[in-house]
Amino acid sequence: MIHRALMLALLALPALAQERRSGFEDMAPQTQAMQRDDTSNPGMLWALEGEDLFRQPAGPAGQSCASCHAEGSMQGVAARYPAWDTARQAPIDLAGRIAQCRTDRQGAPPLARESQGLLALSAHVGQQSRGLPIAPPADPRLDAARVQGAALYAERRGQLDLSCAQCHDDHPGRRLAGSIIPQAHPTGYPLYRLEWQALGSLQRRLRGCMTGVRAEPFAYGAPEYIAIELFLMSRAAGLAVETPAVRP
Amino acid sequence: MPSPSILLAFLLLALPAAAQEVVEDAIPRSLTGTPGDATRGRAIVADRQRGLCLLCHSGPFPEEPFQGNLAPSLAGAGSRWTEGQLRLRLVDGKRLNPDSIMPSYHRREGLHRVGPAFQGRTILTAAEIEDVLAFLMTLREEAAP
Ligand code: HEC
Ligand code: HEC
Ligand code: HEC
Repeated sequence: MIHRALMLALLALPALAQERRSGFEDMAPQTQAMQRDDTSNPGMLWALEGEDLFRQPAGPAGQSCASCHAEGSMQGVAARYPAWDTARQAPIDLAGRIAQCRTDRQGAPPLARESQGLLALSAHVGQQSRGLPIAPPADPRLDAARVQGAALYAERRGQLDLSCAQCHDDHPGRRLAGSIIPQAHPTGYPLYRLEWQALGSLQRRLRGCMTGVRAEPFAYGAPEYIAIELFLMSRAAGLAVETPAVRP
Repeated sequence: MPSPSILLAFLLLALPAAAQEVVEDAIPRSLTGTPGDATRGRAIVADRQRGLCLLCHSGPFPEEPFQGNLAPSLAGAGSRWTEGQLRLRLVDGKRLNPDSIMPSYHRREGLHRVGPAFQGRTILTAAEIEDVLAFLMTLREEAAP
């Protein structure tokens, strides 16, 4: 109970302090145009590849994702992840869920984090929530991880001794060298980043922000990233999903 | 009676601590005892991998296109502050303002999850701090409004 009250108070703070805006709003008009137009958005290449993979049989039973998941059934799913995984009794993110279906239900070889296949499937599933408001589940089993995420967000780290909040809550809209500091809403992942020249996950973005302050990032798939994602998604509740977005 | 070498070791250990002695809002004494080099200092300040200053600050660096606006311009710093005040600001500005986002350039303690490549190291060495200070002291003119 106390946990929940604390969490709600923490979550309400940034929303009260400032108008929430997607990183999209801070981008140059050309980059915005690139995201808006599917024929020029490079992320669509991954989403299309994901659509193919979704229908491709894999594993001993020759089942595809589509054998179990009907057309259109993935609508709205990305908007409510991370969710609670009853099997592992822990929060799981969308990429984790896809990878789990692939190994446990298809019996196919695992898809590594940040692999082309997992990014493509995540982009395809995510795209089906495009335009829908982020709607974190009100599942009390997720509360502890959300509170942990809020704490990780507020904690100073690295040789530069900076917290996420010091940049993203205290100085959004300001320039860190050439980059405008966004409010850190995870609206578009996986997304195409011009700097990467590739599609990448939210975890890849978070690693970048951690190594940027000369901190040791967590390993891909670590529960800490899922906790941070849970917190960021609550903070972004109501903003529209943009997957696959484009960022500088 | 301790041997002379032990005495010497003690003296050497005591040196850095004494050199960083904070007096009010300043560290009056040089960290190295040797004057810094302003040309080297300017290069450190402009270098985004070493000084990192221009991530947050702007300053009189017409050749540097992407300067931050998270902090006051460095222009005029040398007339606003004494060298000793600037030394403390660089070595550990958090002693002046614990909430500051400006990194402490010569502090190792109290850090969390420092990346392996940076563990146990300060952002700048004592000699680099003195070089940066020599450069900052040449910045006498305020930024144009
Ligand atoms: C053998 C059937 C089967 C196959 C094949 C399969 N899944 Fe699933 N999938 C399920 C079932 C059953 C669930 C519900 C699991 C639960 O809620 O615990 C599920 C859940 C999901 C979810 C979460 C949906 C939600 O509403 O939370 C996603 C996303 C998903 N699958 C994606 C995929 C993808 C992508 C593939 C192909 C790589 C795939 N699945 C292959 C049976 C399958
Ligand atoms: C030193 C300032 C700084 C710190 C500290 C920092 N970030 Fe960032 N972050 C940035 C900047 C700048 C960008 C945008 C980069 C760009 O556009 O190239 C960014 C981008 C992001 C984005 C992408 C938003 C989008 O629109 O896709 C997320 C999410 C994010 N940061 C989360 C975090 C989290 C979580 C932490 C703490 C672990 C953190 N950041 C720490 C500066 C920072
Ligand atoms: C992460 C951001 C950041 C970085 C990097 C940074 N600073 Fe600062 N600096 C600040 C902020 C913010 C202030 C304003 C006072 C405060 O909040 O501590 C400041 C204050 C100062 C001041 C006093 C400004 C005045 O009022 O005249 C000087 C001088 C200064 N910094 C020099 C430097 C130098 C030199 C470097 C690089 C070696 C550097 N800073 C790197 C953020 C930064």
